[in-house]
Amino acid sequence: MAGSPVQVTGTVLTTRRVDAYHALTVVAPGVADRSRPGHFVGVAVGGPGTSMLTRRAFAVHDVKPDYGGTVELVFSVRGPGTAWLADLRARDTLDLVGPLGRPFPLPRDPCTCVLVGSEYGSASLFALGDALQRRGCRIDFVLGAPSADRVFGALRARRMGETTTLTTEDGSLGMRGKVTDVLPGVIADARADVVYACGPMEMLRGVTSVAVEFDIPVQVAVEEAMACGIGVCMTCVLPVIGDDGVTRMVRACVDGPVFRGERVRFDDVGTIPFDALGAPGGRHA
Amino acid sequence: MRLGAFTTRSITMAPRAGRPTPRMAETPSGLLNAVGLQGPGIEAFLTQELPWLAERGARTVVSIGGGTVAEYTALARRLADAPGVTAVEVNLSCPNVEDRGRVFARDGSSAAEVIASVRAATRYDVPVIAKLTPDVADIVAVARSCVDGGADALAMINTPVGMSIDVETMRPSLAAGTGGLSGPAVRPLAVRCVWQVHAALPGVPIIGMGGVTTGRDALEFVLAGACAVAVGTALFHDPYACPRIMRELEELLTERGFDRLADAVGLAHRPPGSGPRGRTDLEESSL
Ligand SMILES: Cc1cc2nc3c(=O)[nH]c(=O)nc-3n(C[C@H](O)[C@H](O)[C@H](O)COP(=O)(O)OP(=O)(O)OC[C@H]3O[C@@H](n4cnc5c(N)ncnc54)[C@H](O)[C@@H]3O)c2cc1C
Ligand SMILES: Cc1cc2nc3c(=O)[nH]c(=O)nc-3n(C[C@H](O)[C@H](O)[C@H](O)COP(=O)(O)O)c2cc1C
Ligand code: FES
Repeated sequence: MAGSPVQVTGTVLTTRRVDAYHALTVVAPGVADRSRPGHFVGVAVGGPGTSMLTRRAFAVHDVKPDYGGTVELVFSVRGPGTAWLADLRARDTLDLVGPLGRPFPLPRDPCTCVLVGSEYGSASLFALGDALQRRGCRIDFVLGAPSADRVFGALRARRMGETTTLTTEDGSLGMRGKVTDVLPGVIADARADVVYACGPMEMLRGVTSVAVEFDIPVQVAVEEAMACGIGVCMTCVLPVIGDDGVTRMVRACVDGPVFRGERVRFDDVGTIPFDALGAPGGRHA
Repeated sequence: MRLGAFTTRSITMAPRAGRPTPRMAETPSGLLNAVGLQGPGIEAFLTQELPWLAERGARTVVSIGGGTVAEYTALARRLADAPGVTAVEVNLSCPNVEDRGRVFARDGSSAAEVIASVRAATRYDVPVIAKLTPDVADIVAVARSCVDGGADALAMINTPVGMSIDVETMRPSLAAGTGGLSGPAVRPLAVRCVWQVHAALPGVPIIGMGGVTTGRDALEFVLAGACAVAVGTALFHDPYACPRIMRELEELLTERGFDRLADAVGLAHRPPGSGPRGRTDLEESSL
């Protein structure tokens, strides 16, 4: 974590619709200047005295130095918390904690990177792309979603990336299919050295197996349901293999959300694998 | 301003991976959780976490959880020579493997057995706190058994068991099915427990908890009979809740003319019509 997170009462600067998504720019000094690509923020929803006790996690999409520092969040309405966020207007206040989590690690030397995003998962890839390009890396994008209005950031990807490949499941934009259908071709053509991915767990599993086939490193940003975002509640865990080869139930909020893809036991997410440290039925438990 | 103490999650003998996910579901003004005491086990706690807390000058209440009386006792023994343990809190809401999984806190005699054994294994100057569940027919009876067993103080409440069902998947929201309910949704239940136990055992220090989010909520527990107040779920919403709650509580006490928190403890029990300073017989707790 880049120093300890701060809690700020931010002011909403702008709200806008981007296809199926809402984008919210919030003045949040202290959060903005310390955010690195892959960080997220915990947002209190519902206003003072809210009955919604848990903060909602959102990836930091964009950071700008204006007004002491702004962060932009991109989200789709899923339930009551995101519905409340979608109703915010300029000059409303928003309580956020951040930056949270471990950001994407960057390669030391220039190399070729494929950035894969599904739906709003691509939101955190553009700041990452900027950082990689500043290090002299070549970047190629693969963005996908079920339909055209849910592919986020296609234009920007086309401007930034050496190549950009789009996929939709209904064929309304780009190739019909999933990001994992086109990824092998993109990796081969670009002779990619690294893959970065952000999106639903199922997609991260697919991307990881493609990268493993090519024998190149893959960094994935996972999305697990979180209650605190700061490491104290232990609700956001998933099975991850450590450097010592031992599987542990680690917290997505502080040990992640970015992990090396091949270390995440995607098939066992939502379970406690029998060989995980401290699993029931093990020698002690 | 300094917080009284930090209470750890319950520490177990062996490392525990906990329950499968989803472990959490938000409910109106509440939170259901089924974490299943995930933790690194006592050895890692003693070598890594406790020294880290001590270095930062935190007064630490170590919560322990076990499946048998022997396990609780072994935990207490391991803690007895560890520096930096301010108090030992016994989480009695654990299934007793020797009693077909019945939770210790639901049975006065097994709760008392655990407490007596932990008390005997703990240094004389380290208080032993019994943490109680509201999921019992008579919380006063369990509280009394724990005090008879040697508990120096009582903590209440642990989370009552609840459930929520996802109407999309038409399955329980939590992988474990049921979970513990916390947050403001349980506060009236918690205040009632503190009230009843304080009325029956006025000399026993009580740590009140369950849905405290403001100084006003903390004062409610104090007036019901708690001499200390703990904060859990509120921290998920507001990581800086504790210093704020303390500040708010101090202001409320000052506004009401109290010099010391101890003067407000249990004050709601005074008969109607008597003055606000009805009780001066309570000693300030050492906790
Ligand atoms: C690290 C991280 C980054 C994220 N980034 C984005 C983003 O950039 N854009 C975006 O639209 N969404 C993002 N999400 C998902 C977002 O947190 C959920 O959509 C949101 O919490 C839903 O809240 P709700 O009240 O609308 O829905 P509800 O389903 O009513 O939420 C109820 C509870 O479940 C939790 N919850 C539900 N779904 C999720 C989920 N998928 N992930 C985490 N918690 C969940 C909520 O925090 C809340 O406690 C991210 C999640 C994580 C963990
Ligand atoms: C995520 C979570 C984990 C908890 N873990 C423990 C635990 O390990 N041991 C314990 O005695 N109580 C545990 N509790 C219960 C709390 O200590 C407390 O008794 C209860 O949540 C009520 O207080 P609150 O509403 O302020 O959270 C836990 C509660 C939550 C929400
Ligand atoms: S969300 Fe609480 S520990 Fe990760």
